[in-house]
Amino acid sequence: MTTSAIAVTGLRKAFGDKTVLDGIDLDVPAGTVFSLLGPNGAGKTTTVNVLTTLTKADSGTVRVAGHDVATDAKAVRSAIGVTGQFAAVDELLTGRENLQLMVDLSPGAGNEVVGRLLERFDLAEAADKAAATYSGGMRRKLDLAMTLVGDPQIIFLDEPTTGLDPRSRRTMWTIIRELLADGVTIFLTTQYLDEADQLADKIAVLDKGRLVAQGTPEELKRQIPGTHVRFRFGSVEDLDTAARIMPDSTRDDDALTLRVPSDGGTQSVRKLLDRLDEYSVDADEFSVNTPDLDDVFLALTGHDTAEVVAK
Amino acid sequence: MKNPSIVMLRRNLKHIARNPTSVFNAVLMPVVVMLMFVYMLGDAFSVGVPYVDYATPGMLLLAVCYGLGAVATAVNSDMTKGIINRFKVMDVPRGAVLTGHVIASVMTNLIAIAAIIGVAFALGFDPSASFAQWLGVIGLVVLLGIATGWLTVALGLFAKTPETAGLASVPLVMLPFFSSAIVPADKMGPGVKQFAQYQPFTPIIESLRGLLNGAPETGDLIAAFAWCLGIAVVGYFWATSTFKKRA
Repeated sequence: MTTSAIAVTGLRKAFGDKTVLDGIDLDVPAGTVFSLLGPNGAGKTTTVNVLTTLTKADSGTVRVAGHDVATDAKAVRSAIGVTGQFAAVDELLTGRENLQLMVDLSPGAGNEVVGRLLERFDLAEAADKAAATYSGGMRRKLDLAMTLVGDPQIIFLDEPTTGLDPRSRRTMWTIIRELLADGVTIFLTTQYLDEADQLADKIAVLDKGRLVAQGTPEELKRQIPGTHVRFRFGSVEDLDTAARIMPDSTRDDDALTLRVPSDGGTQSVRKLLDRLDEYSVDADEFSVNTPDLDDVFLALTGHDTAEVVAK
Repeated sequence: MKNPSIVMLRRNLKHIARNPTSVFNAVLMPVVVMLMFVYMLGDAFSVGVPYVDYATPGMLLLAVCYGLGAVATAVNSDMTKGIINRFKVMDVPRGAVLTGHVIASVMTNLIAIAAIIGVAFALGFDPSASFAQWLGVIGLVVLLGIATGWLTVALGLFAKTPETAGLASVPLVMLPFFSSAIVPADKMGPGVKQFAQYQPFTPIIESLRGLLNGAPETGDLIAAFAWCLGIAVVGYFWATSTFKKRA
């Protein structure tokens, strides 16, 4: 049996008369990466703030590491680490001093962790320079290192790679995967679809304070129309025959390809292949094309949310 | 784990040491203002006593106020850059974070006060305060520093950006000019005169003046003490409630 690291039901939050979160339900099993995906202003940071005890919810229950955030905030705080949207490092202090500051404020943390984290995040060389001189990627790494001082079970990463160059992003991804290997649970928010696709075991798509879809990256991709099977043929004759026997297909005479809508599941694909066999048509190439997360996202949030909410 | 308040204070002191322009402003500006009024313009004021003796108490107050802009900016950038959130999630007591700022602010005040008193003596300041009255002067200045410090921390937490935070503290810097700091209130025009008579800084300055003259008036002292306490309480509760609310 897996235990829930984070369990949220019916979470609502409004600032004044502006509803920011409108009934969020989610469940994150321990030891997994959960990604909350959404555009700017969807409510990602507010969700993180509620889950990390910084903001009080208007209604709903939120349990983090088994503790209620409303009634047992102290226990929640001792179990979590948070890296916010902007690298919250003290710019006037050096990297080493920033980490030492965390050690001084964390019950049970020892000084030896400072050197170890500097090594691990490749910051040893810059350890005695003021954080103000660090590059964006180094700041993020320092920020995350500071979060790890308290040895948290659950780590919240709010847009950890926003504004980073591609190389620093990849470094960040590697670090996140390593953390997962250590057994921590990761709650990640991002507006990058490939990031969620790369890292998350489960993704929830947040739009205007509502979850419009939830599932594994693959489930999400399957959820929207647009998945199709693509055949390439050796001759126009074969293409002609195939186009005749496959309903709703779209042909491309120049490339000798045929696109057939399909959910990509084995049954429907087998049916298509059987049908080709029946008419003795051979395809040179065959592929199942699923849309990437960009397509998923557009399809899900481009609609009226009320239509998409039923999944 | 160490005492969080001390850890925070040490952090603030490191900031001051590494960003000396803020101290420079806090110490140098009041000294420049003092030289301007006492050395350049002083002979033009007729206040019944040597002008340096008249002006020094107000300059002490000015020295406290000039340090506040940097405090507001520092608190606000802690807030907007997410450092305060980081401390909150780590369960650092809110008192520790804010007290660190207030104590660092009072320490900067004391440096500025020492500079002003030094310059005052160089310009011929001749106080007749007893030792106990000197202690009273220092005590009142520290009390004022704590009170305005808390108010400034609240302003810093409340402001949206470091720039507006710095701006929000400007009234505190301007207020001494509309008090009996530079010239006696009864020499001012109508309207300003009444304002100067009843605003909080006037009884504080009059108390400092009385203490340094060796003849403090009880009424002024009570009013000064009450104002400081009032400002401190308002500042403290405003700061702590904003700290709790704002994420």
